[in-house]
Amino acid sequence: MALLETHGLTAFYGDFQALFGVDITLDAGATVAIIGANGAGKTTLLRAISGVLASPGAAIQFDGEPVGHLEADDVLRRGIAMVPEGRKLFPSLSVEENLLIGAHRRAGHGYWSLDRVYELFPILAERRSNPGTALSGGQQQMVAIGRALMSNPRVLLCDEISLGLAPVVIRDIYAAMPHIRDSGASIIIVEQDISQALAVADHVYCMMEGRITLQGRPADLTRDAIHEAYFGGAAA
Amino acid sequence: MIWVDTIIQGVLLGGLYALFAAGLSLVFGIMRLVNLAHGDLIVFSAYMILLLVSLLNLDPFLATAIAAPLMFALGWGLQKLVLNRTLGDDILPPLLVTFGLSIVVQNALLEGFSADSRRLSAGALETSSLSLGGVNIGLMPLLTFLSAVLVIFVLNRLFYRTALGRAFRATSDDPVTASLMGIKPASVFATATGIAMIVVTIAALYLGMRANFDPTIGPARLIYAFEAVIIGGLGSLWGTLLGGVIIGVAQTVGAAINPEWQILAGHVAFLVVLVLRPRGLLPRAVD
Repeated sequence: MALLETHGLTAFYGDFQALFGVDITLDAGATVAIIGANGAGKTTLLRAISGVLASPGAAIQFDGEPVGHLEADDVLRRGIAMVPEGRKLFPSLSVEENLLIGAHRRAGHGYWSLDRVYELFPILAERRSNPGTALSGGQQQMVAIGRALMSNPRVLLCDEISLGLAPVVIRDIYAAMPHIRDSGASIIIVEQDISQALAVADHVYCMMEGRITLQGRPADLTRDAIHEAYFGGAAA
Repeated sequence: MIWVDTIIQGVLLGGLYALFAAGLSLVFGIMRLVNLAHGDLIVFSAYMILLLVSLLNLDPFLATAIAAPLMFALGWGLQKLVLNRTLGDDILPPLLVTFGLSIVVQNALLEGFSADSRRLSAGALETSSLSLGGVNIGLMPLLTFLSAVLVIFVLNRLFYRTALGRAFRATSDDPVTASLMGIKPASVFATATGIAMIVVTIAALYLGMRANFDPTIGPARLIYAFEAVIIGGLGSLWGTLLGGVIIGVAQTVGAAINPEWQILAGHVAFLVVLVLRPRGLLPRAVD
């Protein structure tokens, strides 16, 4: 059953149209990957879903209700949390405070707590008093993921979580994804690292110039089809 | 001994300046907003306390306890309805709007209360003193200073030890990402201004009990507050207390040398710090 859907989603930066009628579906308990080159509209899609970017109300449905018109804080309260591109940790807050601020508007109890996040990423427990921005890139990414989990989201939006990280660190972070999914969160991952995305996703959407150009189960997508959808026919 | 006395009086006077400045420092630290009406809001609050004292025949301290939540509501509404609309990348709109607000408040007070000087009566407290090792310390200046320390301590605890303080700091760092955490930046800013207005009310109480006030003295209080904030380091609460003390000591020492130099000495101290430490003595990271 669809937990989150977009129907003909459009988005604009001023007069510039960044999304042109995007349709995606995230089923409950599933992991969806959005892949595409720089400027394809992947981050814009997550910004629209998370409420940072305004979009038509009915274009985004969450649990059968329109949420496109909601602002980011209300979207989070409905159960959609985001790990933003570039981590965006708060420099004034320690690691633990960065995690706690993720639970600022949490309603009731859920699976995720400080202890559970520290179990998932044990290194953060050792660094809990350090300023969040004093950590390595990989550890900062762990804080950003933990911070989003602290709201006990039903949907976790992950924007380019491998960006700028060493392969061994990326592997560690992606190793946490099954655990996150087992906690009950459905996941949308935006990635440029195609192999990572295909490895964890149940369904993949490929974007180019603000449109979905290919979609399907990872096993059904050929390398050539992905290449063409990623770079366009001319490049293929 | 007279110099020891002078410096102690200066430190205690600094408490009053720190009270003037604490609300300004809080608001600046969270939303980078310089409220040019801050001094006038202190005077406005002093008149509110005076009104409660006169109409209900209350003790000034009790009147302050009633005025504080009213001022919180006023600050919350002012931020939510007016000042939030001026915040953005351009620093000019909030300056212009608060400058206009300053003029509106001054003229409204002139219209409502005339230009006559007023004072809040503190009774015997005004003339009571303690004798400590040959130095006489007025109870009112001592109470002012202790109140300033308490206010700064409470604000610091709020800022660094509570969920609200975390929200203040996160919103100050990055309002967009803070909204992804479920925080409403507009409400956080309104709450911060409301709290600043509670501090303003406490400052107004001591302003009114220690000296005469009239509708036009707000801008001078703003300058003292601004200087204390800059000396201490922008956004640093303990720095603000230190800044107030430095201005206070400079003024009393200046006055001891030549009574005409009192005000000038405070401004000179500010300029010296500005030249030597443009970021202030205790930048925010030290808090």
